[in-house]
Amino acid sequence: MIDEKYIFTGATKVKLFALMAVGAVLLLLGIWVTSSGSGNGHDGHGEKKEVASKEVKPEGGKEVKAEVKGAAEETHKPVWMLRLLKNLWHNNVFFTGISIIGVFFVAFNYVAWAGWSAALKRVPEAFGYFLPIAAILMIVVFAIAGHDLFHWTHETLYQKYLPDGKTPNPEYDEIIAGKAGFLNPTFFWIRLVGYFFLWILIWFMIRTFSLKEDIEGGVKWHDKSVIWSAGFLFVFAVTSSTSAWDWVMSVDTHFFSTMFGWYVFASWFVTGLSVVTLFVVYLKDAGYLKVINENHVHDLGKFVFAFSIFWTYIWFAQFLLIYYANIPEESIYWVERLQNPIYTPIFFMNLILNFLFPFLILMTRDAKRQTMILKVVCFVVIFGHWSDFYIMLTPGTLKGEGGFGFTTLLVELGMTMIYAGIFIFTVLWGLTRANLVPKNHPMLQESLHHHVY
Amino acid sequence: MATGKKFLLGVYDDEDVLVDAVVKTRQAGVKIHECYTPFPVHGLDTVLGYKPSNLPVVAFLCGMTGTTLALTMIISMLGYDWPMNIGGKPYIAFPAYIPITFEATVLLASLGMVAAFLIVANLKPFGKMFLFDARSTHNKFVMAIDLEKNHLDTNLITKILRDTGATEVNTKELE
Repeated sequence: MIDEKYIFTGATKVKLFALMAVGAVLLLLGIWVTSSGSGNGHDGHGEKKEVASKEVKPEGGKEVKAEVKGAAEETHKPVWMLRLLKNLWHNNVFFTGISIIGVFFVAFNYVAWAGWSAALKRVPEAFGYFLPIAAILMIVVFAIAGHDLFHWTHETLYQKYLPDGKTPNPEYDEIIAGKAGFLNPTFFWIRLVGYFFLWILIWFMIRTFSLKEDIEGGVKWHDKSVIWSAGFLFVFAVTSSTSAWDWVMSVDTHFFSTMFGWYVFASWFVTGLSVVTLFVVYLKDAGYLKVINENHVHDLGKFVFAFSIFWTYIWFAQFLLIYYANIPEESIYWVERLQNPIYTPIFFMNLILNFLFPFLILMTRDAKRQTMILKVVCFVVIFGHWSDFYIMLTPGTLKGEGGFGFTTLLVELGMTMIYAGIFIFTVLWGLTRANLVPKNHPMLQESLHHHVY
Repeated sequence: MATGKKFLLGVYDDEDVLVDAVVKTRQAGVKIHECYTPFPVHGLDTVLGYKPSNLPVVAFLCGMTGTTLALTMIISMLGYDWPMNIGGKPYIAFPAYIPITFEATVLLASLGMVAAFLIVANLKPFGKMFLFDARSTHNKFVMAIDLEKNHLDTNLITKILRDTGATEVNTKELE
């Protein structure tokens, strides 16, 4: 019962390739329709300008430059291309988050000496196999799209005077220039590579220890894993915040929020937990992980429930303080989202899908123990947080052109399906690399006899 | 509970023996009134066949009362009775009310749950608890059987209790 290996059957591979193929077809169709010009019917340009100039007033000596320029005007790239690049970045951030949360899940369970999760720990552990792919994608996409997506990469913003040395540079931005110490391409590259180096290194060590433990047994490798996991928590405490600033918050360059790191982390965490739950439930449906019973599923459901509330708490804490203080460079973030008819529906949909839905559905004990309900909630929560990242990244990059239309939905959906296909493929491949249950884990017995009320 | 009711008490030395005994006694068709243990025994409520507690319902109702109360109070005060301009916000600035509403919800839900628990568990002031066997607060595990509700012969039940590992079987009358 404990000795079981995942067999990556041809049928599963065909399904995954079909998913990616359908995604690719949708993506190409979407690109074809949007680039030929007929698709982008919802042009929020004029509206956006009006909103921005109306709402952002200089206050208390600080002047915030309202970004009234349309996105395409600034980068000289067609909107569909910009959307494609944004979409690549969006899915990169989203799926990187899921895979690093897999490592985080393993790490905090080690540090907390949690026994219940021992039997299912191979699933989040296998998420780490996606990290190298995510690193390559992130580096490639930033190299291609960084200049188009990130306003702060424009050098002219930092020059106070034009090349003659006297005439003031009209594009000079004092606020952004003040952030140059952190937001400069060199340091950004160092951080980008540094995060992935540290994450992959620690994941690789924990994974290696875990595989050695399968062969040798004893507590030696477990103790080492605990130490490296504690190190990971320390690293991740810092890097989860800074990577959120780099990859998500710096898109809205003027805006800053000290809660933003936690906000992105919370979003990643709920998504990651939902994906772990779905993998466990589907593996169980396929006849694997026989040692997992409804008690483990119940605990995973509790995690999804609790951290959906945690996300809402962070989301609201950030919103309330900024709403109350009403400082222009902070509140611009919500002005862009709440006073623009193309983003407002998505903004409120997020709150319903990510808070009300899991909160009300998963509240009872029975709901968390039924895999059918959990499947529905997890898919909804994953979609909800995907659109949460959408609302974080789109207004800053696409400005007024970021609405969901039928054709743009094709692009978004197609790309996400390709990413999901690659992610699931990698994780399932990773699962075949080791025994599905860590048979020599010192706390496995506790997990096998896990029972909750 | 009416006085004069007769109970049969099986006294056990070990919690595992008790859990096992509860299963066997119930299989033999004996209805168990209640078990008294010095500490919570894992799995005992499952084998006794208890239904899940209704405490969450009480919590929900009390919580909703708290939500309604808080919102009604703040909106009527700051929106109608004494409107104040705070930082240029609307008089009814809903986001600002959420933390207080949350606090009131949690407060009433928790107080309501404590009160409901005390009432259901008969821990109200001047309420009298009948202790079947004082040793169940120390080191013994006691299974109480209401003889009126069981149609089996007392001697037969005594035998069942003995067979399942009871160190002594006593009868006790409610005072």
